[in-house]
Amino acid sequence: MTESLEEFLIARRGAGRPLLVPYVTAGVTPGWTDVVHAYADAGADAVELGFPFSDPMLDGVTIQEAAGRAIAAGTTVRGILKEVATLDVDVPLIAMTYSNLVVQRSAAEFCAALTASGLRGLIVPDSPLEEVGELADAAAAEGLDLVLLAAPSSSRAELREITERSRGFVYALTHMGTTGERGEIPEQAARLGRELKGLTDRPVLFGFGVSNPAQAAELAGHADGVVVASALMRKLLDGARPHELGEYVASIRRALA
Amino acid sequence: MGEMSWSGRQGVAVPAAARAMSDPGATGRFGTYGGRYVPESLIPACHEIEAAFREAWSDPEFRGRLDTLLTVYAGRPTPLTPAWRLSHELGITLFLKREDLAHTGSHKINNVIGQALLAHRMGKERLLAETGAGQHGVATATAAALLGLKATVFMGERDIERQELNVLRMNVLGAEVVPVTTGSRTLKDACNEAMRHWVSSVDDSYYCIGSVMGPHPYPWMVREFQRVIGEEARAQCAAELPVGVPDYVVACVGGGSNAAGTFAGFADTTARLVGVEAEGGAAATFGRVGVLHGFRSLVLQDEDGQVTEAHSVAAGLDYPGIGPEHAHLRDGGRARYETVNDEEVVQALLCLARTEGILAALESSHAVAWVIRAAKSGEIAPGSTVMLTLSGRGDKDIASIKELL
Ligand SMILES: Cc1ncc(COP(=O)(O)O)c(C=O)c1O
Repeated sequence: MTESLEEFLIARRGAGRPLLVPYVTAGVTPGWTDVVHAYADAGADAVELGFPFSDPMLDGVTIQEAAGRAIAAGTTVRGILKEVATLDVDVPLIAMTYSNLVVQRSAAEFCAALTASGLRGLIVPDSPLEEVGELADAAAAEGLDLVLLAAPSSSRAELREITERSRGFVYALTHMGTTGERGEIPEQAARLGRELKGLTDRPVLFGFGVSNPAQAAELAGHADGVVVASALMRKLLDGARPHELGEYVASIRRALA
Repeated sequence: MGEMSWSGRQGVAVPAAARAMSDPGATGRFGTYGGRYVPESLIPACHEIEAAFREAWSDPEFRGRLDTLLTVYAGRPTPLTPAWRLSHELGITLFLKREDLAHTGSHKINNVIGQALLAHRMGKERLLAETGAGQHGVATATAAALLGLKATVFMGERDIERQELNVLRMNVLGAEVVPVTTGSRTLKDACNEAMRHWVSSVDDSYYCIGSVMGPHPYPWMVREFQRVIGEEARAQCAAELPVGVPDYVVACVGGGSNAAGTFAGFADTTARLVGVEAEGGAAATFGRVGVLHGFRSLVLQDEDGQVTEAHSVAAGLDYPGIGPEHAHLRDGGRARYETVNDEEVVQALLCLARTEGILAALESSHAVAWVIRAAKSGEIAPGSTVMLTLSGRGDKDIASIKELL
């Protein structure tokens, strides 16, 4: 796998199927890397790895709890990177974390460490477009795709700039709120998907609140695919084994076709 | 005034207006600190608030309404009280800026009336707030009642236990108090929860932040709303002191709003500015550069960047960060930051109560503790003049104090 996250996802999209990116919090359980393998085997197009932070501002209870568990278990950035470096999966891995972990040394060092361990992408939800300059440069210098988030509240001008400056894909938020499972898909999601698709050829993936196969399928209809996090992490926190998470991802895969 | 000497030192040159503590511009930067590290979803709200504040702050009608409310409702100006007996004991001249006498019992009301008026002007229906000691929550509940807004206040479970009286006050005032059960269950976690809630209710709710923290424009806006402390004190000192300006200006620092407001009145003078933090929550002293709650500043954290829990007898100082402008003032040497421990704080509280008949908040007692220590050690030279902002009254702490005695 020598191509970038974006090239990889565009090629997968080219094969005519919606993209599926499941999430796992690194270090949440001792065997968390098995979860990554299970996702890949179940037809994931990429896997998002949460680097746990003590104060996850944009996360709901489930991912907060997962992060808290991982930190309590002694998970560190260095430890995660070591484990990731030994992972042998055939889909790109994307780091998700908060600004405070990025700025510990410098954005450049952080990005270099991610690429050295084989990660292809990075998502920093509390680094909006207007603060992202230095990080974007650092990521670009490392060939790491920095994924930007687009919100239902973003103006058209902001959406245009986000689609221009995002790399890998554009992360479209289904709703105004935190991560977490939700009953229904807000109407604004469809609107945001359409608008983003009209602005860019880059893949557009929906995330936040994608809770089951049917929702995934519905949302994928408004864009190029979905990120699924809390629904999977809830199962994991409740004791599901890696293969069971894999089976759930496979069921979403089937729904997406 | 008995045997006390009130004469300040002569011939101290006051520099031309320092550029310190001015408008941080569109990016909200104080040097390398500040900024707006929030989810993209909140960016339009931050812009909207900044535009509304800029407009309101230059609108004489808004300023007039605010001034009127501060006067006829909040009880401003607050007095500058000479601490006669304590001054004598310490061999210095100590003045107390009495924010404890403001309505609701602390400086928090200055900022909250300002923000509540702004929220009202912006057509918002509800104020969201986080609170540690409960003083900001009480102030928010109060201003909401005054202006006919709803109020939802997030408070850590641990602080709810420690500050029972303030929780009751908020309830009586009609606010909803939401217990926060995550993390250390103190102010830091209440901030996270308030931010999360804000993301999902940004259309009708205004986030009324309690200190000089959060994303731009909050650190700047809150300092401007608290500037009234420093400006009043400056004028009061000018009337009281032959040289017009005290040698030291001291205030306690949690997020740093009462200190920032106080310092703003003296930034362009020769006064030495001293912020006093709780030893267990001293971000200016033990913190490293980080990003928390929407701004870049100094933060208490472990090697990996996990934010650590702050510890203080004073719930209002249990915060692992410090406002970005303070980090900048520290780096530039314009202000210095000192720490005191819980034991010194309790002793200082008792000392002030028994020499002056003033029961100060545990938070404010941090500033008192440093002045006592520095005067006794000679670090504050005998005969010096000190202006100390007493940020709040200690009634809320009486149960804690009972346990500490
Ligand atoms: C009485 C009092 N003083 C000081 C503080 C600390 O806040 P700041 O540093 O923002 O003024 C608080 C916070 O709750 C308080 O209640």
